[in-house]
Amino acid sequence: MSTMIETKELRFLYPAGEDGEPVFALKGVNTAIEKGSFTVILGHNGSGKSTLAKTFNAVLLPSGGKVYVEGMDTLDEKVLLAIRQRVGMVFQNPDNQIVANVVEEDVAFAPENLGVPTEEIRRRVDDALRSVDMYDFVTHAPHLLSGGQKQRIAIAGVIAMEPACIVLDEATAMLDPVGRQEVLSAIRRLNREKGITVVLITHHMNEAEDADRVIVMDEGRVAMDGTPREVFAQIEALRSMGLTAPDTVDLLDRLRQNGVAVPLDALTVEECADAIVKAMAGK
Amino acid sequence: MLKDITLGQYFPGNTVAHKLDPRTKILLVVLYIVALFSAKGVVTYAIIAACLAACVRVSNVGIKQLVRGLKPVLFIILFTGILNLFFTPGERYLVEWGILRISDTGLRNAVFMVLRIMLLIMGTFLMTYTTSPISLTDGLERLLNGLKKLRVPVHELAMMMSIALRFIPTLIEETDKIMSAQKARGADFESGNLIQKARALIPILVPLFISAFRRADELATAMECRCYHGGEGRTKLHVLKYERRDYTALTIGAVILIAVIVLARFGL
Repeated sequence: MSTMIETKELRFLYPAGEDGEPVFALKGVNTAIEKGSFTVILGHNGSGKSTLAKTFNAVLLPSGGKVYVEGMDTLDEKVLLAIRQRVGMVFQNPDNQIVANVVEEDVAFAPENLGVPTEEIRRRVDDALRSVDMYDFVTHAPHLLSGGQKQRIAIAGVIAMEPACIVLDEATAMLDPVGRQEVLSAIRRLNREKGITVVLITHHMNEAEDADRVIVMDEGRVAMDGTPREVFAQIEALRSMGLTAPDTVDLLDRLRQNGVAVPLDALTVEECADAIVKAMAGK
Repeated sequence: MLKDITLGQYFPGNTVAHKLDPRTKILLVVLYIVALFSAKGVVTYAIIAACLAACVRVSNVGIKQLVRGLKPVLFIILFTGILNLFFTPGERYLVEWGILRISDTGLRNAVFMVLRIMLLIMGTFLMTYTTSPISLTDGLERLLNGLKKLRVPVHELAMMMSIALRFIPTLIEETDKIMSAQKARGADFESGNLIQKARALIPILVPLFISAFRRADELATAMECRCYHGGEGRTKLHVLKYERRDYTALTIGAVILIAVIVLARFGL
């Protein structure tokens, strides 16, 4: 598989605030995101995960090192629009990223900026809204929609650029459980059906369970990198970084501590239940 | 309570008045205002009032809603009326009461002035009632396009206007939330004199402004992420196109304006 985004010795320095020293949010990150993959980036507050995400489409530019998007250097101003068109980004607060007061106008915003012809915009808007299951709301006013619906409109607004990759920067953090499920299933479908590379930044462990890959950030560095099973099995290391394991792994861990021989890598509820049943039967 | 604010309120509909191109409607309002200010006598005012009545009829907007729009400017209307009534010098005085004198020209001026302001406001309100804010800004942008050559930032202004309209409900909601939060901590917005009441607004305005700035910052980032780079090379989802009805409406408007100007020449 080819590489979508690649970082080389990426460092990022937040300028000094009123009181203190400048802060290195990223201290040399080397990683690569593969095309078509579903990657989750985890980390507690201040681990650098959002900063890392924002370097992926040149919202933030590296203080040191490089970020390449499909081989394009994000420091090169000539390819800025091309990079932003390839890597779309969805932010935390849906209210602050919706530009227009009609759903279809908002989704059309990006293609309008790109100078796409009118008929083509129409097609893209309809396709994008269908792909996030919001086509019934074409002419609605966004401020009357629920959080999950607004966030799906925001995703549609990014999809309408026809990007190769979507980065979601804590896009589910402000949503209720129902809204979060709506958004997550929309993203999964985009990843599976349209082959769009997804990078999901979150601190909800459960959102990582069916990702292809999990990257854990800590103190501006990549602390762990692997499949969800590999990462979550290291429950002690996760705890030391201020993260909790998914509920399933947590349960298995507690059972192990009480002498039940269960594996730690059963992530989904079904797998977890199976593992417990097996262990109990073996007794 | 704050949700009741009517600001550029739009009543959706499917009448000819709704379907006209926003540019046509803006131009018609300009023609209407010019006619209103050239009107001199009973005949010309009657023509203009009849035009407005016809438009109201076509647009299906209730006359009640239009009259309601006059409420906020009631004071200005009364003030102008009274000033004109008592302080216009004339040849013949109808009533003399100390320094307050009503002359015949005064009475005439007062009536026409009040009529003029009322017609002016009702006419412009009719436009905003039948045109969505988005198409209105769109229409303005297209109409003023020529000014771009004079380095007037037309696109930027239109963008600012539409974003402002987009954020009105969001900010109203936020104001409500902040007020509730402050009330929950014992803030009192109702009692006290005017100065105390104004002072009570400070704890609402400060957080509101801070959050508005944060929103603006986030929105700017989100817009850049969606490849916004100014008006250059931008296309549109909805392209404005003049239809036959637009030409018809504009022709009728122009004919009436000319008629009014000619009649006003004769002092009618």
